[in-house]
Amino acid sequence: MQKYSIFNLIKNAFSGHQKWDLAWKDATPKKEYDVVIIGGGGHGLATAYYLAKEHNITNVAIIEKGWLGGGNMGRNTTIIRSNYMHDDNALFSEFGMDLWRKMSQDLNYNVMFSPRGIINLAHSDAQMNVFARRGNSMRLNGIDAILLNREDVKEIIPMADFSDNVRFPIFGGLMQPSAGTARHDAVAWGYARQADSMGVDIIQNCEVTGFDVSDGKIKGVRTSRGDIKVKKIGLCVAGSTNILAEKLNMTIPVETHLLQACVTEPVKPVLDSVVTFGAGHFYISQSDKGEMVMGGDLDGYNSYAQRGNLPTLQHVLTEGIAMMPFLSKLKMLRTWGGIMDMSMDGSPIIDKTHIEGLYLNCGWCYGGFKATPASGWTFAHTIAQDRVHKLNEGYSLSRFNTGHLLDEKGLGTKTWIS
Amino acid sequence: MLHIKCPHCGMRSQNEFSYGGDATVKRPELNKEITDKDWDDFVYNRKSLRGKHLELWQHLSGCRQWIKVERDTATHEIFKTLKANEDI
Repeated sequence: MQKYSIFNLIKNAFSGHQKWDLAWKDATPKKEYDVVIIGGGGHGLATAYYLAKEHNITNVAIIEKGWLGGGNMGRNTTIIRSNYMHDDNALFSEFGMDLWRKMSQDLNYNVMFSPRGIINLAHSDAQMNVFARRGNSMRLNGIDAILLNREDVKEIIPMADFSDNVRFPIFGGLMQPSAGTARHDAVAWGYARQADSMGVDIIQNCEVTGFDVSDGKIKGVRTSRGDIKVKKIGLCVAGSTNILAEKLNMTIPVETHLLQACVTEPVKPVLDSVVTFGAGHFYISQSDKGEMVMGGDLDGYNSYAQRGNLPTLQHVLTEGIAMMPFLSKLKMLRTWGGIMDMSMDGSPIIDKTHIEGLYLNCGWCYGGFKATPASGWTFAHTIAQDRVHKLNEGYSLSRFNTGHLLDEKGLGTKTWIS
Repeated sequence: MLHIKCPHCGMRSQNEFSYGGDATVKRPELNKEITDKDWDDFVYNRKSLRGKHLELWQHLSGCRQWIKVERDTATHEIFKTLKANEDI
């Protein structure tokens, strides 16, 4: 594989950049693989990459119904963080933070990881107490956390509303300085390029139509481009997990919902961290292009539409304007929607299933993008070793049956109530 | 925006309603032997169909009645609305 470097850049400049190798080839499916990953999004690509890199399993295919990174990998708001209280979430995410910090070098692809910090705003004394507790838990797990008072917050985000007559005054906030953003498409492309170079087949425009299961074991997968014999299948299809589960006669603790995001017209640099509103569900950051990137609540009803409705957008942006009034002056450039796997306790599932050779990676709710490297790494381990890693032990499928729920935000079983 | 025809009040905007999830989920009968699997299916496991989906909504800012709505989860088209005690 051609290495991306300043020297190669100069060399290729002489040929007008016409002679670069393709980043990955357009593979046609073979008759048989050791492992098939269904879903060519971030998690699927990362899984294939770590299967090849960490476990030396390279006879792998990634099957994608649409195009590479065309689902939520291209629709998220690019936020990366590990500000969780519960050990299972915190250790998993912090492991991911380490992978993020090394990613551009590791993949030889600039993913533009920008550790600009995330601030969760608090709007009452009680909320400050809760944040202090979460911050302490984070620090015990080796994650950086700083409790900010009102003056500290004012220094970092002076454009927020600090006037006297606001419904939700800013009392302070919890900051994770090492959190940040990355360029989402580059993450998908970087993983795809490396996986391909190690022998992984990336097969796009290939829809899964069924599975061959006999004696409780996976024997193969049927696709729109032919049948494939395989003993191990990894399901990485957040947003379509329920559809594939139905083909496997499984019902899973996941509902499929719609989440919208939007960006404003680009403006000069004004916000250099990620900020979340504490009295509702709204988050904002500024992209390198200058657009204010925003998101918030689910539309609130089961949906596969990948496009949302205005009432939710209005509700979310009302919170944004309450937090940062200057936003009302900006024009909306673009809005879009993605479909989420909403698990019943708000935490993901990375586990084996009752079918031998079928592995499940789903239920990412609002937080799939930041988990991309850690999810791929642990899922690759789970598939290669046929057992879960300590890092994804808490993300078991059976926890809903045994009662070991991982309810980070106390959202409970009604995922649409927040 | 969705427009939902409340069987009690007529056509209203989505803003007046709150969502209640899959209407086909049935609580296990308490006077019978109930397996853990039954409870799992009732509390957590969902089919979350793509296509026609029968679901509960509450006309929260209206008559406050729970209603059933048959809606397409891929196109958001609403086919039919029913009172909570009616079957499709």
